[in-house]
Amino acid sequence: MLIGKSKKIPSSEITPENVYINRREFIGKSAAIGASTSLGWRSSDFGGLRERRFFQKDWSKVRSELDEELTPFGDVTSYNNFYEFGTGKSDPARNSHSLKPRPWTIEVGGLCDNPGTYDLADFIKPGKIEDRVYRMRCVEAWSMVIPWQGFSLKDVIDRAKPSGSVRFVEFQTLNDVEQMPGQRYGVLRWPYIEGLRLDEAQHPLTMLVTGVYGTTLPNQNGAPIRLIVPWKYGFKGIKSIVSMRFLEQMPMNTWKRSASQEYGFYANVNPDVPHPRWSQARERRIGEFRRRPTLMFNGYADEVASLYSGMDLRIHY
Amino acid sequence: MAPAVWLVWRLLTDQLGANPIEEVLHRLGDVSLVFLLVTLSVTPLRGITGWNEVIKIRRPLGLFGFFYLTMHFLTYAVLDQTLDFEFIIEDVLERPYITIGFTAWVLLIPLAVTSTKGWIRRLGKRWKKLHRLAYLATTLGAAHFYWQVKADTYWPTLAILLIVGLMVYRIRGNRGRSWPQVLQSRKH
Repeated sequence: MLIGKSKKIPSSEITPENVYINRREFIGKSAAIGASTSLGWRSSDFGGLRERRFFQKDWSKVRSELDEELTPFGDVTSYNNFYEFGTGKSDPARNSHSLKPRPWTIEVGGLCDNPGTYDLADFIKPGKIEDRVYRMRCVEAWSMVIPWQGFSLKDVIDRAKPSGSVRFVEFQTLNDVEQMPGQRYGVLRWPYIEGLRLDEAQHPLTMLVTGVYGTTLPNQNGAPIRLIVPWKYGFKGIKSIVSMRFLEQMPMNTWKRSASQEYGFYANVNPDVPHPRWSQARERRIGEFRRRPTLMFNGYADEVASLYSGMDLRIHY
Repeated sequence: MAPAVWLVWRLLTDQLGANPIEEVLHRLGDVSLVFLLVTLSVTPLRGITGWNEVIKIRRPLGLFGFFYLTMHFLTYAVLDQTLDFEFIIEDVLERPYITIGFTAWVLLIPLAVTSTKGWIRRLGKRWKKLHRLAYLATTLGAAHFYWQVKADTYWPTLAILLIVGLMVYRIRGNRGRSWPQVLQSRKH
């Protein structure tokens, strides 16, 4: 749907019915458990296994393809980097209630045959929503294993039909200080911008995410729609996306602009290329005590290493 | 001891968040830097206000700063790096912000050792000179803080500005004189 025809979409149409219903169930259950919990290692994960049964599926049985356990829902939704709501890890969960993820429009532009401004539900229409369990490796050397719901970015790129000369895709986050109070501070340049090479964007692992643990994406995780590129550091996964543009030139992503000697455009997870200030050889998996070795391309080397053949990854960090 | 009690309380009541080791590490670092900054502020405070009793708390404040810095280092070495010395040594030698943080801790060890009355007597004038290292150590601590944040440099900048202010005050040679005295002496 192009602009002008903005018909209000009931949220039940955007969220699959079963997920929608389960969200209510979660709210009820978490209130009940919240009232009774006091023992255990962390109240945020409600004892770990129990909470994974909140949403329809029994998430306690779900594993990554490397047989890794999922990071508890409470940790995934309380430990976030989302500077639009503050620079502390718990700030996004505390402050992101001011974000209004519905109604939401996304602009598709740049060099393509089908530009336009879409309502969220129309934007995601070509996407085949599916469950995918991905590792998430932050550039700060911590990691999680997260069950996302979403679809391949390629599905919406195909609809837009980028021109032959296009080599890059650029994304922007919402720029609205009323909804994102952290944008009052010049910690980073707003709006947050990220980009991918077109072949990276079209890779089947690259995903637009609309849900986590079977529930609608919480605001602190980048509602209503965010990018996930599992072989790259987490900051590439731009949140609360409002625009997507097809370009010939490499876009300037926010963290590269902030400190280009530390954060590059590619930001592929690579244990052999340290951040100038710390090692990337190991990581702390949230919930684990001892650090574990970081895997090349975050464990997705078989799928993506060929994208970078012939490139010096020390230069293109 | 309130900060330590607060951290233990949060540990026991599960309020340290998803990454409790990082949380403890960072809060111990914050607390030790605050103690060191307050310690350095004592002498200028006495100079400005003429409140002489305040000097009595300088030693305990400095020792608390050292205590929390030691806890910060132990949290890093034992909990964060699980005593993997290969990685700890690499960090200390190759990561400048860790190098200077480690140096700050090492510099404060002789100051903590010589903080007793016996040592003050034994060292005489040299004691004062030796204890000026507190300025260097605190500056390194603030630089370590500044250097490890990703983009939000608000608090470390504030710490550095405070140190610069304190140093300017001391270098201008106002030691031991209150502001009224200083202003008086300028008029002549």
